[in-house]
Amino acid sequence: MTANRINTAERRQAHAELTPPTYRRHRPGSMMAMVLGVGGIAIFSMRLGHYPLSSAAILDVLWSSLIGQDSALGSAVDNVVLAVRLPRVLAAILVGAGLSSAGAAFQTLFRNPLASPAILGVSAGAGFGAALAMLLSAGGVMLQGAAFAGGIVAVSSAVFIASRLGRGSVLLLVLSGLVVSALFQALTSALKFIADPLNVLPAIVFWLLGGLGQVSLSDLIYASPFALGGIAVLFLLRWPTQVLEAGDDEAKTMGISVRPLRLVLIAAATLTTAAAISIAGTVGWVGLLVPHLARLLVGQTYSVVLPASALLGAGYLLIVDDICRSAFATELPLGIATAVLGAPMFVVVLMRARRQWS
Amino acid sequence: MVLTVEGLVFRHAPVLPPVLNDIDLMLAKGEILCLLGPNGTGKTTLLRCLIGTLRAERGTIRIDGKTSSTARQLARKMAYVPQASGDSALSLLDTVLMGRTPHLRPLALPGRRDHDIALMALSRVGIERLAQRAFNRVSGGERQLTLIARALAQEPSVFLMDEPTASLDLGNQTRVLRTLRDLAADGMSILFTSHQPEHALLIGARVATLADGRIAHSGPAREVLSGEMLSDLYRTSIDVITLHGTPVACVPRI
Repeated sequence: MTANRINTAERRQAHAELTPPTYRRHRPGSMMAMVLGVGGIAIFSMRLGHYPLSSAAILDVLWSSLIGQDSALGSAVDNVVLAVRLPRVLAAILVGAGLSSAGAAFQTLFRNPLASPAILGVSAGAGFGAALAMLLSAGGVMLQGAAFAGGIVAVSSAVFIASRLGRGSVLLLVLSGLVVSALFQALTSALKFIADPLNVLPAIVFWLLGGLGQVSLSDLIYASPFALGGIAVLFLLRWPTQVLEAGDDEAKTMGISVRPLRLVLIAAATLTTAAAISIAGTVGWVGLLVPHLARLLVGQTYSVVLPASALLGAGYLLIVDDICRSAFATELPLGIATAVLGAPMFVVVLMRARRQWS
Repeated sequence: MVLTVEGLVFRHAPVLPPVLNDIDLMLAKGEILCLLGPNGTGKTTLLRCLIGTLRAERGTIRIDGKTSSTARQLARKMAYVPQASGDSALSLLDTVLMGRTPHLRPLALPGRRDHDIALMALSRVGIERLAQRAFNRVSGGERQLTLIARALAQEPSVFLMDEPTASLDLGNQTRVLRTLRDLAADGMSILFTSHQPEHALLIGARVATLADGRIAHSGPAREVLSGEMLSDLYRTSIDVITLHGTPVACVPRI
């Protein structure tokens, strides 16, 4: 037994000789910079709007509300910051971080750099759920819940179909996701076809384009436990997830229970994504693009890429949402902006990252 | 015995004939066993049964006298070295760190001690200077050595290797074989599959031949390997060249 162990003295020696340049478990510096960056962008985002506010005023209002007092700036200012801008900024952070974490997890889980959170049908299912709710004239929490449930139903069907076709194949899972997405998109089209073209149809189309303009504090309260819970699970499981990169069989020989892990990861990423979509509508490209940006910044190690993706995604969506509400006289739908910005940025990232893949 | 396999039977489906039929194997501490056999006789299937990615229909597999029930338990005792493929962009150090997984507490990340063990493993196969290099940016031989280091970081009793010298040049084949011989000299038990019988001769391994799902011959390479036996096994004429009375090379007749 002992001959195969690497003994303590040898280890100490290796430590002395080799550790200083190579031992880097975390990168607290860059993570801290990203947290501060997101905070700064959030404050800046709250300044934007028809009612101009200084950073000092915003911080004053936030601090006063934290300690349970009204600020000295008057209830109108309090109202703008706390009821309008703060929910929107928090929603952008939650949606950006959630979609990007789910994207990073799926890209590693499926060992495919083109995987996005939508790959198992969560967006298509959520779109169908939302459209159905609007057709039945449900709004608010009902609409949000329907979108969330639609996403969960779609992914569960994909996982179920894949398990019927053959156990444990990632490829079958992706193909099942494709089939389920196509089906739910067709069903959504059918709902659009029968929807009243004067008011319901535009509402459906608008929801599907995505946006944070209608977000209220109560939307956030319902969605954030699922989104944050999902992100937390992905974060806690980041090491075993990274080992999956070696391939299912090899991961198993290193002690990973592959199938249960995969199901938990899919559940966590799906809860996160469904919660994000239920507040923001179907926002594409974020979960695909941001993990690649993170890899350019912090390298290929998934256990670092995941938190970096969450933080970058939060900052990225804050900026894109700022553009949506400030660039033109009327607000631009978020899904259009993420796609228009995401596509060229993705090409640039591909050119930078090409070396690492081929 | 470090590894004992008794009466192992495997078939792909209940109606099909068994791929592996009543296999018995034993591996002592510090021993190297080379598994020979033509393509498609079930060498890889046998390895996959041993590492737990295929479930045998019958038979027991014991390591240090005990059977393992979970992937984690098994991974602490037995490490698998696959044939190196090259698409991972992780650094060699991160790749080797994966081997620490069965020793980590649930939800924990590798700590300082695990990093030290990973670096030790890399230096034991002689490539610690490449620790920060990406896996897909080193040569095939260095990849194979990295995967050996990853297996070492698991601190197992047994190494299982699937054609560790496949698609390597002569220099890299020698480096890998030398590493195996040194590991065995330090007490590691190694089972590897190969298509090159002379590799078993080079490192003083024991040989087991697999034909039609059964072990046909078993014993020290220099005693078991003969022209007649190899010709029979691979169904083509093969001469064994001897030097000073010991076999050194196997040469097929075209």
